[in-house]
Amino acid sequence: MILTDRLRSIGAGVRLWFTPARVREEGTTPDYRFSLANERTFLAWLRTGLALVGGGFAVDQFLPRLHDVLRVTFTVVLLVGGALCAVRAVNHWVRCERAMRRGEDLPASRFPAVLAVAVGLLAAAMVVLVAIGWTR
Amino acid sequence: MAGSLPREQPRPVRDPGLQPERTRLAWRRTTLSCTLVAILAGRQVVQQHGPGPVVVVAGALVLLVWLAFLAAAHLRMRAMCAGRPPVLSTRTALALAGCVCALAVLGAAILL
Repeated sequence: MILTDRLRSIGAGVRLWFTPARVREEGTTPDYRFSLANERTFLAWLRTGLALVGGGFAVDQFLPRLHDVLRVTFTVVLLVGGALCAVRAVNHWVRCERAMRRGEDLPASRFPAVLAVAVGLLAAAMVVLVAIGWTR
Repeated sequence: MAGSLPREQPRPVRDPGLQPERTRLAWRRTTLSCTLVAILAGRQVVQQHGPGPVVVVAGALVLLVWLAFLAAAHLRMRAMCAGRPPVLSTRTALALAGCVCALAVLGAAILL
C-alpha cells in the first residue's frame, strides 16, 4: 500500500519533469533570486554527479593494481551513483520550484545523508583495500 | 558631514547580492567539471592499446556530449544577461542531467 503510493508519487514527479507548463501555471512566480538560488543548487548536484563519474574513471586509471572484480565494482558503483545524482538533481529542482510557486515548505530529502554515508563507506573501503594491498 | 552624495540615478536595478553573477560562475564551474570528466574519458581511450570499435565510438560520443553540455550552458549564460533572468527551462535541466547520465553510460562502455 505504502509502496504503491510511493510509486504513484514518483510517477507524478516524473510527469512533472516533462510538463513544465503545468509547473508554470501553478501559484505565483517567486522572486527571480530564489529561482537562481534553486538553479545553483541544481548545478551543485550536477557537479556532484560529474565528480562521481570522474571518480569512476579515476578508480580505473589510478588504481591499476586493484583486483579486477573490485575495480569493476568500484567503477560501476561510482558511475551509477553519478547518474543517480544527475536524475535526483532534476527531480529536486522541479519540486523546489513548484514548492516556491505554491508558497509551501521546500521538500525534505534523505538523499544527501544516504549519499554522504555511501561515499564515506566507499572511501573507507578503498583506503583499507589499498592499505592491506589486496591487489593482483 | 562629508558633503552631499551624488544623487542616485534611476539605473536598471542591479541585484546587490550579485545573484546572476554567482549563478553564471556556478555554470562555469559545472562546465569545468564536465570538461574534466571528458578529459579523463579521452585519456582512457588514448591510453588503451588498440582500443576496440566500441571504445572509439564511445570516445567520439563523449566529445559530442561534452559539446552539447557546453552549448546548453552557453545559451543559459547568455539568457542570464537579461536584467531579470528567466527561470531555467525544464528542457535545459533535463538535457544537462541527460548529458551526465550519458557520460556515465559511455564511461561504462569505455572502462568495462
